[in-house]
Amino acid sequence: MIVIDGLTKHFGPFTAVDRIGFTVEKGEVLGFLGPNGAGKSTTMKMITGFLAPSAGSARVCGHDIVTDTLAAQRTIGYLPEGAPAYGDMTPRGFLRFIARVRRLSGTDAEKAIDRAVEATELGGVLEQPIDTLSKGFRRRVGLAQSILHDPPVLIMDEPTDGLDPNQKFEVRKLIARMSAEKAIVISTHILEEVDAICTRALIIDRGRVVADGTPAALMARSRYHNAVSLTLSGQTTVQMAEKLKALNGIASMEIVPRGAETTFTLFPVSARESDVLLVDAVARLARDENWPVRALYGEPGRLDEVFRSLTRSDTTVTDGKKDAA
Amino acid sequence: MNELLAVFHRELGGYFATPLAFIFIVIFLFTMGAFTFYLGGYYESGQADLAIFFNFHPWLYLFLIPAISMRLWAEERRTGSIELLLSLPVPLWAAVLGKFLAAWVFSGLALALTFPIWLTVNYLGDPDNGVILAGYLGSFLMAGGYLAIGSCLSAVTRNQVIAFVVSVAVCFLFTVSGLPIVIDFFSGWAPQQILNTIASFSFLTHFNAITRGVIDLRDIVYFTTLIGAWLIACGIVVDMKKAG
Repeated sequence: MIVIDGLTKHFGPFTAVDRIGFTVEKGEVLGFLGPNGAGKSTTMKMITGFLAPSAGSARVCGHDIVTDTLAAQRTIGYLPEGAPAYGDMTPRGFLRFIARVRRLSGTDAEKAIDRAVEATELGGVLEQPIDTLSKGFRRRVGLAQSILHDPPVLIMDEPTDGLDPNQKFEVRKLIARMSAEKAIVISTHILEEVDAICTRALIIDRGRVVADGTPAALMARSRYHNAVSLTLSGQTTVQMAEKLKALNGIASMEIVPRGAETTFTLFPVSARESDVLLVDAVARLARDENWPVRALYGEPGRLDEVFRSLTRSDTTVTDGKKDAA
Repeated sequence: MNELLAVFHRELGGYFATPLAFIFIVIFLFTMGAFTFYLGGYYESGQADLAIFFNFHPWLYLFLIPAISMRLWAEERRTGSIELLLSLPVPLWAAVLGKFLAAWVFSGLALALTFPIWLTVNYLGDPDNGVILAGYLGSFLMAGGYLAIGSCLSAVTRNQVIAFVVSVAVCFLFTVSGLPIVIDFFSGWAPQQILNTIASFSFLTHFNAITRGVIDLRDIVYFTTLIGAWLIACGIVVDMKKAG
């Protein structure tokens, strides 16, 4: 439903987005990841027709955003960064304006507004000027606006930014509920969110796609993938570490003391091998030695570590070549 | 058309959602009255017409109209709502025209509320109401001209103060281009043809022609063309900003 091809944006000499390409099908929730300034928002602004691309194309539901702008925009629900709205209006007035622009009228409009208000739990603040609302409510007004016309394509720039954990949970639930019927793109830099709601993640850095895959596949690229983590309480000795290291199939080990506990992270020789055997071996050793075990588990991988290894927009390091996906 | 009306209603409603409309109208009426009766010496003139009243309009508009137009686009850019507006399926012309028409209707409303002056002059004497009507029409057209200029310049910046100051300056040039302050600058070296062209851009020339009660098609065409040209420029500016 969304087909992006070679999308590029220059601002003067600066290239914000550099030949990005991807597609999103119905039922997919694409998580758009990247450090600040990587080009996430710029890409979204181009897909929704707010910025004109310097090169490349974006098609939404078969409509090219440059040559068939209005038709494409009708199929999109868009939550811009920061959820801008007309602050002097009330949420009800604002949603009525959006409904009118979206060519909903009469009972259709009122039904659509009721549905969006219910989904975003705005009922209590409908008559207060948007300027006087808290950040969380303002964000939800933006969400309500974007889903008002039940669009087949949803583009959301940091939909949970500024929400408290409960509200974040609700918004994620809302997105998950809608995901079967829509093609959804969300940008975020909250990595747990990707794991929680996205079926696919795209990491971009300095305007380029550096990784594209399911969250599990991305985590598999982590060096923590299939590592075993063992936390012991009390004093640990050098012998313990040596015994752990002597186990079969262990390439290296990290020891992190935290308060009265110590965590050993054991990296297998081959990350592709199942961690079950290694976990078993560690468990047996701990039982035989009668160690005070607090936690023992195989790691699925750490998304933040993958993220850090792939992106460096916010640092000055430039190595020219990169490990592109 | 539907989108145009949606933008128009939202904008017009926006004036009344805040004290802006109220304050503007009160100040507008107060200064109109004060200028006419005190500075203009309306009673002393002993004339039963509104020539004095209309004479002040260009100069009041010069400051009051940019105060309306400065927010049209600059505020949208500052709050980021322009991103919402331009990503909604609203044609660019509908956004430009809807905003302009809302501001124009609002200024027309403020102008219409000066009707007590018209009542006064009818009570005091027996004026030519046709001439007065022409004056109102001319004033309304001129307000549209100032608004179109201000609308375009508001699209250039996200700073409302800059939008205001630049609009006042450009409106001033358009107002006085027939007066010596501008003409003298060119008269030494430019041919008469160019002087005439510059002078013909003056709001004052066309406005004064209409307020004398002669509704000449050329004056109407002048104002409508000016409004159209500045609105097209406004659309181009908004579109250019899309290209980054």
